[in-house]
Parts: sequence; C-alpha cells; structure tokens
Amino acid sequence: MFPIVNKKELNSNVTLLEIEAPFIAKKAQAGQFIIFRVDEFSERVPLTIADYDREKGTITIIFQKVGLSTQLLGAKEIGESILDFVGPLGVATEYDNMKKVAVVGGGVGCAIAYPQAKALHSMGVEVDVIAGFRNEDIVILEEEMKAVSTNFYLMTDDGTAGEKGFVTNKLKELVDAGNQYDAVIAIGPVPMMKFVCLTTKPYDIKTIVSLNPIMIDGTGMCGGCRVTVGGEIKFACVDGPDFDGHLVDFDELMNRNSVYKAREAELTRDHACRMDKLAKDLIQ
Amino acid sequence: MANMSLEKIKMPEQAPDIRNKNFEEVAMGYTAEMAMEEATRCLNCKHKPCISGCPVNVRIPEFITEVAKGDFLEAYRVITSTNALPAVCGRVCPQETQCEQKCVRAIKGEAVAIGRLERFVADWYMANVEEKKEMPAQNGKTVAVIGSGPSSLACAGDLAKQGYSVTMYEAFHQAGGVLVYGIPEFRLPKSIVQKEIDGLAELGVKIATNMVIGKVLSVDELMDDMGFDAVFIGTGAGLPSFMGIPGEALVGVYSANEYLTRINLMKAYISEYDTPIRNSKGVAVVGGGNVAMDAARCAKRLGAENVYIVYRRSEAEMPARLEEVHHAKEEGIEFNLLCNPVQVLDDGNGQACGLECLRMELGEPDASGRRRPVAVEGSNFVVDVDTVVMSIGTSPNPLIRSTTKGLETNRKGCFVVNEETNQTTREGIYAGGDAVTGAATVILAMGAGKTAAAAIDEYLQNK
Ligand SMILES: Cc1cc2nc3c(=O)[nH]c(=O)nc-3n(C[C@H](O)[C@H](O)[C@H](O)COP(=O)(O)OP(=O)(O)OC[C@H]3O[C@@H](n4cnc5c(N)ncnc54)[C@H](O)[C@@H]3O)c2cc1C
Ligand SMILES: Cc1cc2nc3c(=O)[nH]c(=O)nc-3n(C[C@H](O)[C@H](O)[C@H](O)COP(=O)(O)OP(=O)(O)OC[C@H]3O[C@@H](n4cnc5c(N)ncnc54)[C@H](O)[C@@H]3O)c2cc1C
Ligand code: SF4
Ligand code: SF4
Ligand code: FES
Repeated sequence: MFPIVNKKELNSNVTLLEIEAPFIAKKAQAGQFIIFRVDEFSERVPLTIADYDREKGTITIIFQKVGLSTQLLGAKEIGESILDFVGPLGVATEYDNMKKVAVVGGGVGCAIAYPQAKALHSMGVEVDVIAGFRNEDIVILEEEMKAVSTNFYLMTDDGTAGEKGFVTNKLKELVDAGNQYDAVIAIGPVPMMKFVCLTTKPYDIKTIVSLNPIMIDGTGMCGGCRVTVGGEIKFACVDGPDFDGHLVDFDELMNRNSVYKAREAELTRDHACRMDKLAKDLIQ
Repeated sequence: MANMSLEKIKMPEQAPDIRNKNFEEVAMGYTAEMAMEEATRCLNCKHKPCISGCPVNVRIPEFITEVAKGDFLEAYRVITSTNALPAVCGRVCPQETQCEQKCVRAIKGEAVAIGRLERFVADWYMANVEEKKEMPAQNGKTVAVIGSGPSSLACAGDLAKQGYSVTMYEAFHQAGGVLVYGIPEFRLPKSIVQKEIDGLAELGVKIATNMVIGKVLSVDELMDDMGFDAVFIGTGAGLPSFMGIPGEALVGVYSANEYLTRINLMKAYISEYDTPIRNSKGVAVVGGGNVAMDAARCAKRLGAENVYIVYRRSEAEMPARLEEVHHAKEEGIEFNLLCNPVQVLDDGNGQACGLECLRMELGEPDASGRRRPVAVEGSNFVVDVDTVVMSIGTSPNPLIRSTTKGLETNRKGCFVVNEETNQTTREGIYAGGDAVTGAATVILAMGAGKTAAAAIDEYLQNK
C-alpha cells in the first residue's frame, strides 16, 4: 500500500498528490512515469512523475480527473493509501547539448512540462516556458513554472489570463524574433503537440514530445501503447514516452486513444454508485 | 489384472454451449472412483517409457500405483518429489507430446490419462490435506528471484525449503506470471495458482509486487546494494510481436498479451472491475498456439458471435495442445486454416472492420521440418470481424539484459546459460524458463527453476 502524504487541488479538475514510494523516489528522473491502481477493481493508469523527493521518499503526481480511475484517485485523502504504484517507468528525457530550450505545456500537460523545465533550469540551461490554458480558471503551476524559467509566457484561448492566443502563436513569434532554440519540448493534448511540431518543422528545430497512449503494464508486454514513429512500431512505455515529434503519427495516436470512449462514458455514468460506496466505506 | 479398456475414463466437462458463456473451469476433474479405475489401466511397465517423456521425470507408474491403491497422499509425495506444480501441470502440460505420447497403452488405444491423474492427486491434496507449511531454519543466505511465473515459483520454493531467505520481485501487481495473466480461469483456476503462492509465503518467501527490475532496481543493485548472494531471472518471454501489415494500429487490433491480460489479470469479464475491453461481434485470432486458442475462447465467452482462428499452416502443424483445439472447436470457434492475413481493413473511422487474408498451400518442409506455407496469388478474401487479436509469438523482454553488464543473450534475446546449472554468463546469476528458451511450456520452466535452485544451493554452500 502506498500512503498519500500531501494533497492539493490545483484547479477544479486537477489534483496534486504526494505519495510515499521510497524505491521509486530514489530512482525517478524527469520524463519518467508511474502506473497506479487505486484498488482491486481499478484500471492500471499511467501518470508522469511531476516531482520527487529522494530524502522524504515521495513522488508527486498531478492529474486531471477525466475518467473513473483519475476520479477515484482524486477522491483519496491524506492518510489514505492506494493499492499499487509502480515505477519509475519509461526512459528519462535526454538533455544533451542543450543551451537554450523552449518548453511548451498545454493544460494539464504543464504538470509534465514543469519537471522538465525544472531539470533543465537546474542544469543551467536557458529555459523559455510557454504555458497554454483554455481560460484563467484552469491555470495551474504558474508560480512554479515562473520560478524555473528564464522567460515565462502564459497564454489563454480567451485571454482571461496572460496573453490571448495559442501556444503555437507565441512559439512562432519567439522563433521569428530570433530566439535560437536547441530544442522545443512540447507536452499537452495530442492536437497541441501535433501543431507545435507543425510549427517547428519548417525551422527544423528538434522537437521532443511526451506521448500518452493507453497503457496496461508499462513494461513492454502488452503492446497496447504502440505508436508509429518514423514508420516503425514503438512501445511508448519502454521506448518513450519521449519521441522526436517530427516523426510521430499523431493522428493514429488520437484515434487509438479514443478506443474506450463509449465504455468510459458508461463507467463515468455508473460510477456515481461506486463513489457513493466509497463514501459509505469511509464513514464506516 | 490390468484394466484393458482402450479408452481413458472420460473427464466430466461443462457442456460446450453452456461453458462458452462462462469462465468457470471447463474440465471438472475425476472423482476418486474414476481416478482409481483409470489408474488400473497402467501396466506398471518395467522400462517406464512414460517417465522419459516427462521433462521433470515424474515417477509416473509409481504414483499411479498409489492412486490405484487409494493412497492419494503417497501419490502426491511421489509426484511432488520432482514436480513443484502438479495441479497446474496436470491441467496444462501438452501430455500428448510428452508423457502420454510415450505410454505403451497409446500403441493400441488411448494412453493412460497421466495428466488427469496428476491433476486429481493434486486437487485431492489441496482439498483434503490441511498442511500449514513451516518456515525452515534459516541458513542466513539470501536469493532474489525475478519474475513469478512457474520457473520462479519452483526456484523460490526449492530454495526456501533449504533455508534460504528468498525475495521474489514481480513487475505486475500480482504474482503468478503467465499462469495469472495469460492462461484463462476456465483452463486454470486462479485459486490454484494463489495456493501455490500462499504456500511459498508460508515457507518464508517474501513477495514484492510492483517491482520492475531493471528500472526500480538493477540486478547489480540487488547483489551489491541489497546484498543478495545470488539472483535467479525468470522473467519469461513477454514481448509481443506484430505482423507489420497495414491496419495493425487500428482500434480493435490487440496483441494476445493485451487481450488476455485485460481479461485474466484485470478481470474485464467481471462487471465489478473497471477494465474496459472491446465489445466485439466478430473476432479473428491470428495464430495456432495455446495463446491463440485461449484468446479465441475468451472472445467467445465475452459474447462475440463469430470467432475465427486464422492460421497459415494446417491443423497438423498447430502447436496448441490437442485438448484446447478440440475444446475450441466444440465451443464454436471456426478454423480458417492455411490462410495468412495481409491487412486489417479500416471502416473509415479508424476502427477495424475486417481481416483480409490470402489462401496458402503447403510447400516444401522448412528449417523446422514443417511444410512451408506458400501464398496462392489472387486468393484474397475478407474475414468479417471488428476485432483482430495478434497471437504470432513473443520474445524475451530486453529490460534486464539491457541494464545488466556481462549477461550474454543469443540472437533471439534469450539468456545464454550453462545447461547443467542454468547459470548465466555471470557468476551468481542464474536464469530459466521462457527467458532462456523463448516461449515454451510450464513444465520446462518449472524444471529449469528447480535445476537453477539446486545449482544455486551448491554454489552458495561452496562460496
Ligand atoms: C506516460 C503517460 C503519462 C501521463 N501523465 C499524465 C499526467 O501526469 N497527468 C494527467 O492528468 N494525465 C497523464 N496521462 C494521461 C492519463 O493516463 C489518462 O488521462 C488516464 O488514462 C485517465 O484515466 P481515467 O480512468 O481517469 O480516464 P479514462 O476513463 O481512461 O478516460 C477518460 C477519457 O480519456 C481518454 N483517455 C484514456 N486514456 C487516455 C490517454 N492515455 N491519453 C489521452 N486520453 C485518454 C478516454 O478515451 C476517455 O475519453 C499520462 C499518460 C501516459 C501514457
Ligand atoms: C496464453 C498462454 C497460454 C499458455 N498455455 C500453455 C499450456 O497450455 N501449457 C503449457 O505448458 N504452457 C503454456 N503456455 C506457456 C507457459 O505459460 C510459459 O512457458 C511459462 O509460463 C513460462 O514461465 P516463466 O516462469 O519462464 O515465465 P512467465 O510465466 O512468463 O513469468 C514471467 C514473470 O516475470 C515478470 N517479469 C518480467 N520482466 C520482469 C522484470 N523486469 N522485473 C520483474 N518481473 C518481471 C512478468 O511480469 C511475469 O509475471 C502458455 C502461455 C500463454 C501466454
Ligand atoms: S508433469 Fe506434465 S509431462 Fe510430466 S507427467 Fe505430469 S503431465 Fe506428464
Ligand atoms: S507407459 Fe503407460 S502403462 Fe506403462 S507405466 Fe507408463 S503410464 Fe503405465
Ligand atoms: S503499456 Fe504494455 S507494452 Fe507499453
């Protein structure tokens, strides 16, 4: 069992949990992820390691409550435990020869972009962070990202916070203004990553994306996380999750991630009773 | 006088059109009377040819004699002196190519039902003997066992009985390897596997789940930092292959590993579990092994109307156990033999809507001695399905070999070991099971685990 030692609601839909997992905390690196399972009946779901504390032996995860598993996880309180927590999985991000980098985060993707920016910043790399959100209500990690960036640009679709516009507008503007980036790291919804890659392609800027296909084991044994990169089948859990964005077949990934849409809707509808039961168990 | 009936005593089974809608065990096992009667078919041959057919040399006539006498406890002791998992092996060994193939009774009529008798004895023991295992006196030495499939279970058990302090590291949240994530409940009830694991815990084996070795800890860290005196690697051959044909990335195309893991380990067939699985009308399973049969029979049980096996050779070449092929047919699985998929068709929305295949003919024998299938030009046809399960083989996962220096592997990624000791190319590190042989059988994996345990014991006693 893995106890929850800290919890914060970052916005109405995004939660931060700090979980005691000393083995994982000892090894975790930016770009890696864990797989959790709340209880015996739950799915195995991957989440990026947003932060780690080797001394305390804890891992921080930040997640959007999109479906049943993340809602069940979000319902857990400090002092409670979750059943399974495995990691660190995946290959850590490689930062060779980077002097100046643009880190682009979209929505909850900022939770994944933040540790990358932090790692780069601590290595002395010049980091421009561009964080995009739909509106001001869902902005997360603003102060944290500011603290680890050389320049921080906040974008919202409707202009209710920061500048109005998409992250790609800002990125293009910065590049056109003469900023020479050794790499762009883009993390967020698949369409956002796709458009960042389309933006950087003409400039031939190396663009790293962190892919989020559906996973089960996270060790390369189910093939469910397969993605096409440069025409080859790759397993995101062991070959990634980071890939060269200019080679990724994003449309295929979007399609594969839709596989259980109907079933998820059904589950989320039914899940009210599971949450009720959870509440009852808590009272008892 | 021996019972000269040409046929085995039939094993009671659920009727095909009932069992293909549930996940309960298909074959229900012999009663004591049936077992004793079947046992009288054994001639107690002087040369004991059957024993040579068993990879772990179960002393077959000896245990069968005890069954005939009704001394099931003694029969159990005979079997378990060489086989650590009789309840499992009795159910899943390919007996027709092993022990039973060598049985003299098979020359005329059916072999003695060695597997069924072994299963009976093991089940009888589990149901009737309440033996709380005691943790043996500890010898102060520690061994790490990686993986928790049959090779690791056998290795850990033998070492624990000798007083070693054993820790078993499993990547998944549950121990058991293929026995829990691959082989379905209707063929091998998970309660049986759990009993084996509980038995290990009673012997003092510590079972650490959620531990992906090579990621959270490396083999070297196990030895250097955690101080293990020896390591056994039983990580299986779990990396799935795909065909590389167009359409394999469509929604509705699974590897058999994913399909079976969702169903067996993650219990997608039980409504209390959140695990999603595609609600299929038609399913094509590509392949002809046990894995393919299991996937097809699971698909049927989940409610698919039409389930096809698509295999590029003929039935004679199918590697699956005879009984599974027979059961699959009875349950309404249709066999498309001598046909090879060329692409998965897209319905226009990124969903699989058919499997286009080519008909094949058998040509000259290939390297494996099996006649090579050759495509018939222009014979394309479409199997009308919305789900395709690829079951065309697996290979060992590279995670450990790529994170451990000095561990040699062969061209296929299998660990190179000394055949007598199962030691790898590094001192103190042993390996066995599918990680060494490539995808094989439970009994071979179990045997390898026992061999390694004996070698580890010798190595540590002399160290
Ligand atoms: C390596 C990796 C790292 C990730 N890190 C984070 C993270 O740090 N924070 C975070 O909030 N999320 C992260 N995700 C995404 C997260 O795993 C999914 O949102 C998760 O599956 C949701 O589970 P659920 O049961 O709550 O929702 P579900 O009920 O599974 O799904 C709800 C909806 O989301 C869709 N969906 C399911 N899985 C995914 C997926 N992997 N990607 C996109 N859509 C999906 C479904 O089709 C459905 O429409 C990561 C994914 C991967 C593979
Ligand atoms: C669906 C299916 C049906 C089968 N049917 C039969 C049958 O009827 N008869 C028969 O004899 N054989 C059958 N087999 C084959 C048989 O199950 C295998 O040969 C046998 O299980 C191999 O045992 P093993 O101990 O080598 O490894 P496995 O059983 O494969 O177990 C390996 C374990 O190691 C774990 N692992 C892997 N990597 C790591 C790591 N880095 N760290 C920690 N843990 C790790 C895995 O999660 C797994 O639990 C079948 C196989 C499948 C898939
Ligand atoms: S272990 Fe398998 S091969 Fe050996 S006797 Fe038993 S069923 Fe036959
Ligand atoms: S070969 Fe057959 S009949 Fe002879 S001892 Fe073995 S099981 Fe009995
Ligand atoms: S999650 Fe199963 S292979 Fe990647």
